[in-house]
Amino acid sequence: MAEFTLPKNSKVRKGKKFPAKTGAKNVRTFRIYRWNPDDAENPRVDEYEVDLAACGPMVLDALIKIKNEIDSTLTFRRSCREGICGSCAMNIDGGNTLACTKAIEDCDAGDVKIYPLPHMPVVKDLVPDMTHFYAQHASIKPWIRTQSAPPPDSERLQSVEDRKKLDGLYECILCACCSTACPSYWWNSDKYLGPAILLQAYRWIADSRDEDTGARLDELEDPFKLYRCHTIMNCTNTCPKGLNPAKAIGEIKKLMVERKGT
Amino acid sequence: MNVRVGTDDVRGQLRNPMKYARGLGSAQSGVRHWWLQRLTAVALAPLSLWFLWLCAGLVHADYAAVRAAIAEPVHAVLLVALVVSLFWHGALGLQVVIEDYVHTRWQEITLQILVRFGAFLAAVACLFAIVRIALH
Repeated sequence: MAEFTLPKNSKVRKGKKFPAKTGAKNVRTFRIYRWNPDDAENPRVDEYEVDLAACGPMVLDALIKIKNEIDSTLTFRRSCREGICGSCAMNIDGGNTLACTKAIEDCDAGDVKIYPLPHMPVVKDLVPDMTHFYAQHASIKPWIRTQSAPPPDSERLQSVEDRKKLDGLYECILCACCSTACPSYWWNSDKYLGPAILLQAYRWIADSRDEDTGARLDELEDPFKLYRCHTIMNCTNTCPKGLNPAKAIGEIKKLMVERKGT
Repeated sequence: MNVRVGTDDVRGQLRNPMKYARGLGSAQSGVRHWWLQRLTAVALAPLSLWFLWLCAGLVHADYAAVRAAIAEPVHAVLLVALVVSLFWHGALGLQVVIEDYVHTRWQEITLQILVRFGAFLAAVACLFAIVRIALH
């Protein structure tokens, strides 16, 4: 059966508290999930009081400040700090998003709660294991597949209208916010590809230069790989780039019917 | 390497992550199921409204009047259509719920068999009752 309770060794306990220094002007508490594979402890939630008067506006700024000034053991991924690399995807204030583009003041009143992406194996603290997610992406062969030889003296051309069909698809940064917000992906990620990978699959199906649409649809025509999507729409709600994976999946399902007839 | 795939701990299995991602490959099915679920849903929308309307008209009727109403050819035919789409749609939906949530193989197969047999038997029983009333 699906697991609705956490196993004993995953139950989250109360953690340590790191109070703000005296003289702090604008204090906000961050409650952050901590787990270390090197000790035998259960996960815990540590509380950090951060002086926002001396901190940048984004949640990532607070995380970096905590790591630099309060607790250097706090572990998280980050790189570009401008929403294009997807490294700092995590569950903030109850929703999956990028720490670098989520403003602290946009979080609900009270403490800011930060957890790793839901239902992924945790490597440490806020760092999830993305191995299977990336393997699923590679499994759809996300590159142009053609039979015809490329033009000898130029690149493969695409009309302006056809290029527009890739808008809303090409912007995906594979942060996995959508897939890890999807209950179907929580329960069946071993087989279900999830919204992020299906959006990428559609990005190549929709590309006017790609000539392997039939094979791509063949590879997706499966009760689990594609049809575990029950149009729950968490993916579209949570996407930090404002994309619509649910619509892309709907388009794939329409093409499945179109080529099979009714 | 993978720590876990689905609920399976796969550490130390010495397999490339691609082995798990590709799994058993594509089953080349699912379109029919998806289409039939929607087709039966479209059929159920007007049939359910009609059935509610029929029931509302029979609220204070006696046994003989209800039998006579069901025996009317139009009502009997629509009732048959309702029963077929209802149990078909229900069986398809429950199949998906079990696939979603039940991951112990023997439990899953047992439930799938029970759902199929249950829906089929219930539908046959309803159809038998309608035909019997209609033809008497």
